[in-house]
Parts: sequence; structure tokens; C-alpha cells
Amino acid sequence: MQDLIRRYGVGLTGLMVLLVAFWLLMLVIIPNITLFESSFRPYLPVVEMGGPKDVYSPNNYLKVFDGSVETTILGMTFMVPVHIRTFFLTIWYSVTVTLACFVLAYPVAFYLAKIANPKSVPTLLLLLFVPLWVSEVLRAFAWWIILALKGPLNSLLLSLSLIDKPVRWITDYDAVLIGLVYTYILFMLFPIYNAISSLDTNQIEAAEDLGASRWRIHWRIVLPHSKPGIASGAVMVFMLSAGSLLVPSILGSTTSQWFTQTIQQWMNDALDWNTASAYAFLLLFLCTAFVSLVMWIFRVKLSDIAK
Amino acid sequence: MHKLRTTLAHLYMGAFLIYLIIPLVIMAGAAFNDSKLPSIVPWRGWTLHWFYDLFQDERMWVALFNTMVVALAVAVISIIIGTASAILINSISGRIRTVIYGLMISTILIPGAVIGISTLLMWNKLGVPPGLHLSVLGQVSYIAAMVMLLVLARLQTFDNALEEAALDLGASHAQVMRRILLPHLYPAIGAGGAVAFFQSIENFNVTQFTRGGVDTLTVYVFSKVRSGITPTINALALIMISITLLIAIWYEISRRRKERIMLAGMSRDDE
Repeated sequence: MQDLIRRYGVGLTGLMVLLVAFWLLMLVIIPNITLFESSFRPYLPVVEMGGPKDVYSPNNYLKVFDGSVETTILGMTFMVPVHIRTFFLTIWYSVTVTLACFVLAYPVAFYLAKIANPKSVPTLLLLLFVPLWVSEVLRAFAWWIILALKGPLNSLLLSLSLIDKPVRWITDYDAVLIGLVYTYILFMLFPIYNAISSLDTNQIEAAEDLGASRWRIHWRIVLPHSKPGIASGAVMVFMLSAGSLLVPSILGSTTSQWFTQTIQQWMNDALDWNTASAYAFLLLFLCTAFVSLVMWIFRVKLSDIAK
Repeated sequence: MHKLRTTLAHLYMGAFLIYLIIPLVIMAGAAFNDSKLPSIVPWRGWTLHWFYDLFQDERMWVALFNTMVVALAVAVISIIIGTASAILINSISGRIRTVIYGLMISTILIPGAVIGISTLLMWNKLGVPPGLHLSVLGQVSYIAAMVMLLVLARLQTFDNALEEAALDLGASHAQVMRRILLPHLYPAIGAGGAVAFFQSIENFNVTQFTRGGVDTLTVYVFSKVRSGITPTINALALIMISITLLIAIWYEISRRRKERIMLAGMSRDDE
């Protein structure tokens, strides 16, 4: 800090501190504190705000236990509160999406880093970047067209006689998962690619010379080396999936519900901002827990993830 | 055996590219289909009237204008805050740096819905009504972190001695900032501005909760997709993808030209 003042003077340094303080306080910390505070307040008509009924209670959080539905898990049927069900299905499917992205993206990352002709890599990367720049809403819309009952996918499969009647793809969470994988896979690909690029190819060749099998090379050399990239990709894909509102809204069916959609219903349909805050806080808590878990499993720091 | 594996790898890469690009082609292709529903099957013949319809849609033009204003505002504010943060972070150390840096980065990971709702709630308590100005503030809260990371990376290659020299030679503080430090950071600031601009155009979650009934392009597309869809959205998609492609091609050409110039320079050195 002393150094800053010596270089740029009190005025400029003060201005920079003010800008950073505005960002962190007014745009991050205080809004989140407000969110937390509001989540404990009841939903009241304007005239009763600040009145005797306006007291803190955990009621908004307890609303997740309202209204049970029958849910079948591993062949057994339970009565599970509908919002809790949504919450856990959102987590479960986000983890599924994350794993699917990893399985699909890892070979591509390895290919780009170690197999492809180095001269063509920048062009390939650029080709991969193009879909990333197309907005999320359009990417979800593209799959909505493809998966439609009378859409191109069904007519292709029909003409190849692989199916004899159109398949309903947009059912349950199926289309949401397909859309999420497509939308976020590149957030898995690039961090892993960066990590594998920094691996010395000589290490792979040495292992080959010593007779290690393909699988063993990946398992013992490439995967451990790309751990920070995988962690970073996993965190990004999970957070984006769990927090996505567009994809589940566009590709969802009548039986699919994402936790962000529940939050939006409290906010924009029920106009109950306080309960929406409680639910938003739950989502934030879930995401924080997930990031911490991944960082612990992979033994990486936050600064390794955000690159 | 090795050859087979390499062939498989090439095939997988090709399949992956097709997987990424085919949906965009199908979406764009549907813009020319003379069918009331957005699809490429059944093909009912070529038409351009979806483009005509799109240009007639006044709501789209308003949304486009709003998006541009928001994106510009977000880019400018994010550049200012992000650059200041990078300079500040770069000059402090120890525990306080870890805490502040962690806080800054964590903003990237906060779900958009949470940012949107918390921004709306706080400014609402301060008496500021919802609207695009809140969308700007909400978006800046995490986009500034992206700019900060880019500028911080560039700062690592900065030689502090240059500033010392300028100060010794009698430059004022403002001159050191404007003539020495900022010019070094311009590439990163430019990249940061571009990233911020595109991130802002993309943004839906924050905007959805803070916009207060005003449209941006993403919101407009979303509401069109949810309610009466006509292929006008495909026409819009085609235009947006074409712009993206043009930028990509321009970038590729300038990269190749640079590469050639560098190669030429190297071979001249050899002689």
C-alpha cells in the first residue's frame, strides 16, 4: 500500500481503493447480507411492513417441507416434499452433467494438447470457440428444434429405420440434460486442455518406453497432472448447470423442475421476495458446499480454479 | 495399432466438432424454411420473409438497443473497477491479499439468480427501482472479476523499474499512471473490455431478476421461444452466428498474417 502511494500519489491510490470498496461492498457483500436478512422476514402487505408481524423467523426456509409428492428411489416409494425433491434432483442432475462433460471432453482435450498437429491447434480452438460465443438461449433453442417430436433428429432416425415411430425426447429431465451438456461442455474442455498442455510429452514417451499401457499412462500420468484443470472444469460446469435458468426453462418438460425455476416462481409469480431470498440462499449455500468439496477432493486452491 | 489409435482420435475430434456445430447449422437453416414452425423438416421451400418479419419487429430493435447500452456500460465500469482491483491486488501481500482476492474470484462462482435477487433487494431498500441500471450493477459484480484476472496476468510482466525511472526523472503520479503503467496494460484492458461486452450480451439470470419489465436481446429471445415461436428467432440467430463467425475469421486471418510476418522476420535474421 505504501508502495502504491509512492508511485501513484494519495489521490489515485485513494480512488482505486474507493473503486474496489464500491465493488466489493456495494455490489457483493451488502447485497448478500440483505439477501440473508430478508430471507428471515415474513411476506407482508406493504402497510404491515415494520409492524408487529414483521419479525424474524425461519418460516421461509421451512417452506421447502410443504407439499409432498410420491418419489421412487431404488424401487422404494417415499413421500418427499416437492421442493426438497427439486433441490436434490437439481444437484443430482448437475453432477450427472458434470460427469458427462468430463467423459466427453477429456479425450478432446488430450487430442488437442498431445495428438493434434500443433499448427492446426489454433484453428481448431477457434472452431471450438465459435459455439461458445453463441448465446446460451440460442444454443438451448437449437436443441429444442432438434429434439422436437417432428424434428430433424426423429426424421433422421426414422429414415434410417432405426426407430419405427417418433421418440419423445423432451420428456422428464432428458432434454434438459442434453441441453446442459451441450451448453457447458466447453467450460470443461478448456481448463483440462490447458492443464494437459503443460505436461511434458517426454513423460508420456518415457512411460511408453517402459511398457506402460495406454490406460495406465492416462491413469498414472495424464490424469494426475490435469487435476487442477479437471477441478476447475468440474466447478464451472456444476455451478453453471445448477444455476442455469434458461436451459431448464426452454428444454424442460411438464415433469421437470429446476431449483432456479422454483426461485423464479417465488420471485416473479408469487411476488414473495423474502421466500425467494431464502431459496436463493439455499442455492448459494449448496454451491459453496460443492466448491469446497471439490477443492478438498482435488486438493486445489480457489486461485487455481479461477483461471 | 498405433496408427489405428491415431485415426480413432482424429475421428473423435471430428465427431466432436460436428456435434458442436450441427445444432447451430440446423437452427440457422430453419431461418430460410417457409414453414410457420421453426424447423428444417419438412422443408417447405426457401424464403426470406422471416428476416423481413424480424426487421419489422419493433420490440426486437428496442431490445437490441437496450442490450448494446447495457453491454457498453458494463464494459466501461468493469474495465475501470477491474483494472483498479488488479493494480491494488498486485501491490498488497499476505493474508489480506488472500482474503480480498478470494472474495473477488468467488463472485464469478455465485449463481446469477442469487446475484440478481440480492442486487434487486439491496437497491430496493435504498429506494432505487428495478430496471436496466440494476442489471448493469449486477453484471458488473462478477464481470469485473474477469477483467481483474486478465489485467492481473498482464501486470506480472510489468517492469516496476520503469515507474521508478519516470518518478526519478520528475514525472507526476498521474503521468506515471497514464504514460507508463496503463499503456503496458492496454492489451489486457482491451481483451477485458471485449470479454465484458460479450458476457453482458449473454447474460440472462442477473438481468431476468433486475430488469423490471424492460427487454434485453436475451430476454426477448427467451420470451419468444417460450411463447409464440416463429422462425424470426432463427433469422436473428443466423445473424448473430454470422457476426460471431466474421469476428472469428477476422481474428484467424490476422493471426496467420502475424505468424507469417514473424516467420519472415526470423528467416531474415538467419541470413
